[in-house]
Amino acid sequence: MEAVSNFLASDLFYRFRKSPVAVLAFIVTAVLVLSALFAPLIAPQNPFDPGSLNLMNGFSQPGEPNQFTGETFMLGTDDQGRDVFSTILYGLRISLFVGFSAVMFAMVLGSVLGLIAGYTGGRTDTIIMRIADIQLTFPAILVALLIFGIAKGITPPSYRDEVAIWVLILAIGLSDWVQFARVVRGATLVERNKEYVQAAKLIGRKPMAIMLKHILPNTLGPVLVIATISLALAIIAEATLSFLGVGAPPTQPSLGTLIRIGQGFLFSGEYWILLYPAVTLLALALSVNLLGDWLRDALNPKLK
Amino acid sequence: MSTPLLSVRDLVIKFPTRHGPLTAVDGVSFDLAAGEVLGVVGESGAGKSLTGSAIIGLLDPPGHIASGEIYLKGERIDNLRPEEMRAIRGRRIGMVFQDPLTSLNPLYTIADQLIETIRTHLRLSEREARKRAIQLLDDVGIPAASRRIDDYPHQFSGGMRQRVVIALALAAGPELVIADEPTTALDVSVQAQIIDVLKEQCTQHGASVILITHDMGVIAETADRVAVMYSGRIAEIGPVREIIQNAKHPYTSGLMGSIPTLAQEEDRLVQIPGSMPRLSDIPPGCPFNPRCDKVFDKCRVHRPSLIPVENREVACWLYEDTEARGAAT
Amino acid sequence: MLAYVIRRVFQSIFVLLMVGLVAFSMFRFVGDPVENLLGQERTQADIERVRDQLGLNDPFPVQYVKFLGNALQGNLGVSYRQGRPVSEIIAERAPATLELAGVSALFAVVFGVGLGVFTAIRRDGFMANLIMTTSLIGVSLPTFLIGILLIYVFAVELGWLPSFGRGETVKIGGWSTGFLTESGLKAIILPAITLGLYQMTLIMRLVRSEMLEVLRTDYIKFARARGLSTRAINFGHALKNTLVPVITVTGLQIGSIIAFAIITETVFQWPGVGLLFINAIQFVDIPVMAAYLMLISVMFVLINLIVDLLYFVIDPRLSADASARGH
Repeated sequence: MEAVSNFLASDLFYRFRKSPVAVLAFIVTAVLVLSALFAPLIAPQNPFDPGSLNLMNGFSQPGEPNQFTGETFMLGTDDQGRDVFSTILYGLRISLFVGFSAVMFAMVLGSVLGLIAGYTGGRTDTIIMRIADIQLTFPAILVALLIFGIAKGITPPSYRDEVAIWVLILAIGLSDWVQFARVVRGATLVERNKEYVQAAKLIGRKPMAIMLKHILPNTLGPVLVIATISLALAIIAEATLSFLGVGAPPTQPSLGTLIRIGQGFLFSGEYWILLYPAVTLLALALSVNLLGDWLRDALNPKLK
Repeated sequence: MSTPLLSVRDLVIKFPTRHGPLTAVDGVSFDLAAGEVLGVVGESGAGKSLTGSAIIGLLDPPGHIASGEIYLKGERIDNLRPEEMRAIRGRRIGMVFQDPLTSLNPLYTIADQLIETIRTHLRLSEREARKRAIQLLDDVGIPAASRRIDDYPHQFSGGMRQRVVIALALAAGPELVIADEPTTALDVSVQAQIIDVLKEQCTQHGASVILITHDMGVIAETADRVAVMYSGRIAEIGPVREIIQNAKHPYTSGLMGSIPTLAQEEDRLVQIPGSMPRLSDIPPGCPFNPRCDKVFDKCRVHRPSLIPVENREVACWLYEDTEARGAAT
Repeated sequence: MLAYVIRRVFQSIFVLLMVGLVAFSMFRFVGDPVENLLGQERTQADIERVRDQLGLNDPFPVQYVKFLGNALQGNLGVSYRQGRPVSEIIAERAPATLELAGVSALFAVVFGVGLGVFTAIRRDGFMANLIMTTSLIGVSLPTFLIGILLIYVFAVELGWLPSFGRGETVKIGGWSTGFLTESGLKAIILPAITLGLYQMTLIMRLVRSEMLEVLRTDYIKFARARGLSTRAINFGHALKNTLVPVITVTGLQIGSIIAFAIITETVFQWPGVGLLFINAIQFVDIPVMAAYLMLISVMFVLINLIVDLLYFVIDPRLSADASARGH
């Protein structure tokens, strides 16, 4: 309770309230995340349970009763008679799950590598940061595609669809650890030369535990900013991979997969199969991005 | 008296801020004769650089001339259209800035920058312009000018670069050169040389000089007349020798007391207590009154304007009677 | 200068060796090359014979060196899926990707620099603000959505431009170009804009902020004091100084354009190397994947190297510093 009132009284929260863009972005993000979490409760149907689908409902116009069954679907249906609104909710679940997990993975991996690089220094540091540099030369999407391809090659064909989501998380996470590593390494280097660390070494203690206590608070802000911006990028990366047909499988479609499917109906006039997933993706990516930008400016007034 | 080369009349420069406009230069007036060297001295923030920028039409926005007039050979120049003013800059008024390290574009050779300036203002061929450029560099004392002209700025030392900047200011033969703290950023060992070059070259090219500096020593050696500025106003203006030997304005005498001289017996330099007021709270009356040791009631209420005393002008109520007396005789 | 160049070249070679190692490991450890060659019916003797033929029994470093040697001679293996040499397939596809990337890069640089300068000079103008706001949204739009939007407007609704493919191509030597036919020229417009838009926005924002920075410097003020025309100051002095930092980013963007072509080529079914790579991933065609990786790495490394060396041409201070260090 005290933590909540502390937060409400904080400078950060004050600035947040004063920024209409940030508030709007936060509301949109929150609505989307909540809808994804409670998708099974909100969605009129489970679009991936063949029993609940009726092919006669195929290609229903948004908001108009179907000419055969008389059922009405708010955002229309696709060729299989799946309710587009429901597919979006379930797709959002996959997109957000992959996005969050990939960023978490990148954050943990990057922080640990950054800590090791900064603390050990010397050759280990050189090797880790050299790999980071080389990886940064290539666009993240290319790295993710490559990792996805290799992982796909290693898994036996019969399991590929099952593990696709996890491979996606691995690929996006691995393509995005460098920035976390850089920040944490920088903070570690600063701490390492402080007197208390030298003192701990002198009396034969391993200073790692004490250092962590100092490093973590120092890196919390920047890591949070990078994580938020990375989340927007990860969501777009996931959508892109799925759109390219090398991400989430059609049995577990994310927003990107839905857009890929919807593109096929662009010329025949069933625009809604494409439009609504695309708008949802845009709203999600844009609001998370704006939130990240705002957070960066708010935590770093100097950078403005 | 013939028309002065430059005449500044009641110049007021303001900066709009959230809390209303700040007046940075307030009612500055002076004349400059052809061939004359006028020193402008004062602490930083006294408005001397702004006055210089206003004359050449390069006030940084949002600063602007709020009122007053500037005449060059009797022709008004403060309200010209940008294109007309541009034709005057470099051609009739040249300028030398403080830091030679940043005044030159690092990506162009000295030749590029000189020839560009010359050909902007004078109808010369590339070859003639280059010849003139080499001559200019030679004049300001760059050794082996014909070879070094094709070097880049970073290949010159600070002092040499300032010589190049002087050459650039004189490139199109201006009638007036405004030098804004030309030696402040330089090594003490080359400051005197640069001042010599500046004065000698301007004299040779027949240009008047406005030398803006906070270094009274430089002015003593170089200028014919000096204007002492305080809080955006001229406190005292007159011939250098007389002002140094016998300053009238209490601020000027304080300033003179702070110059170290070899002959001085005392161990300590005199300091003026306090500091110049911020632009946002200049006191009513004479802006110097809170620091003045000769202050009396009138100073705190009424602002003194420049009063002719002997052959100079002083903005101080101490000399009000002198004026009356001068008028009577 | 020479010392610096040599050091950079060595660094580039090191990066390429690392990438080669990754590509080689893919060949060697992802999927079983023997299985891919022999299919289901095979004896132990067959397997041994093929292993020997492929050199799979050699020590690892020897295999790696052989692999590099082959790659250098353009021997990049045989596609599992098409059964043809990878180098042949790539040579067929490369012109499409290079033409697309070239047109996009040109579009991105011309409009990026142009709009960047415009928005910097007219800093407070209405148009400049409008462009800046639009660009903010543009940066967060995923490339494939831009492509779909353009297809919807210009192909579906207006019917002006084709929505997929390269149109008619003309073969000149080994190079098939779309520049010489009307349908080929029409076909490249939408993909090129889609691919270049993001980079254009980046270049524009960078040029704008650098130019604003440069316009505040003393040498620009001094240039104005010398009475140079606004045009000479903006385009002669400010722009040149702006371009020094912009060149690195722009160079790197050109690398990204080639990589991002993967997405655009998929949206527009553009028959280039990117589409080939996506198909290779879908069908786990390892030799094609490895070859693409190596090719794109060579391009990236070359671009990085050229960009670094270009610095010397543009900024005289650098060559002086580097040669001073070299002595």
